[in-house]
Amino acid sequence: MADDVKRMTAELVRDPSSLVFLRLGEVLRADGQVEAARKVALTGLERHPDLVDAHDLYARILVDADDVEHARRVWNGVLQLDPRHQGAHMGVGFLHYSRGDLDAALDHLELALAADPTNKSVVQALHAVRDVAESVVSEEPEDAFAGFEGQDRGILLVDRQGRALNGNVLGTEGRDTKDEVAAHLAGVTQEMERTARMLNLGEWKWLIVEADNGNAHLTPPDAASLLWVVRDRDMPSGRLALLADRAGAAARTWLEAQHL
Amino acid sequence: MSGRFQGILDTITRVRGVRGAMIVACNDGLVVADSLMEGVRGNAVAALASSLIKHAANATAASGAGAPQFLHLQGSRGALLAVSGRSEILIVAVAEPSVNVGLVRLELIRAAEAVN
Repeated sequence: MADDVKRMTAELVRDPSSLVFLRLGEVLRADGQVEAARKVALTGLERHPDLVDAHDLYARILVDADDVEHARRVWNGVLQLDPRHQGAHMGVGFLHYSRGDLDAALDHLELALAADPTNKSVVQALHAVRDVAESVVSEEPEDAFAGFEGQDRGILLVDRQGRALNGNVLGTEGRDTKDEVAAHLAGVTQEMERTARMLNLGEWKWLIVEADNGNAHLTPPDAASLLWVVRDRDMPSGRLALLADRAGAAARTWLEAQHL
Repeated sequence: MSGRFQGILDTITRVRGVRGAMIVACNDGLVVADSLMEGVRGNAVAALASSLIKHAANATAASGAGAPQFLHLQGSRGALLAVSGRSEILIVAVAEPSVNVGLVRLELIRAAEAVN
């Protein structure tokens, strides 16, 4: 490998506009010489700013250097110039996979495969991610709140866009109202955030509502979700808060399992 | 503000940690009477509390819990508490985060009964 590096370096010195920097940068990267690879890639990009393969190389070097967000921007730029660029789709797919977004990872890997169906490394990556995605689905618990006291009355996990994620809520006459409640909770949350901001209340922690026929407790188990726990009036709001704490822990466990 | 409302609100603001209390018309979110510390924006509190309780009412109604009677929004730097009275009014308090919520709740309920 050292001979290859010497030979390619000599070629670059002889002809600075040579595209051999692509191969040289890749060899250095594979050898763990991230800084040397970065210099080679940046020097090449100065001479070939429109060469998408050079940007792709640079993005992979950035990932090696743990500069993931920068790599994402570079790959997104490549895909704007060349929407079928296989390396960029592989790279973005890898980033999505690392974040646990398996659906998005599969989307990009399938686009990478469409660009060149004969590329074995893409095929292998696609199979590997599909296997992980299937195992996650098969391990997904039916109900994140199974076994909770009065779970059928109302424990609902929703996202901030008003979509139900897990659990259930029963409306009057025992009707399943989780989708309706989820939509309303998104509105309640926006209103709470506006209120907390305008009245300098800081970050909102929880909302308790005591109503005619029941008490309700709303908390954010994480930055992207909301947990709504409803019980009859005979459960005091303090006890409801304790139940909501336990349900929040179960919700976080379930959410983490979705991101693996 | 009439002396009667002032007396009702003073019982709430006497609770340690309460920054202000007010009576709000629920329909339009306008201030009926207030007793606020300097820096508390009465009009904003009234409008936001009224709007928040309407949104919360949609969620509680859909959840089979009916109409809100008491609401407590806890923030890291403060809290907003409100009780619904008859005649479409709200009694609202803005408080420090460490306020005795149980005591404020009781005073709000008493105030709502007195206003009724």
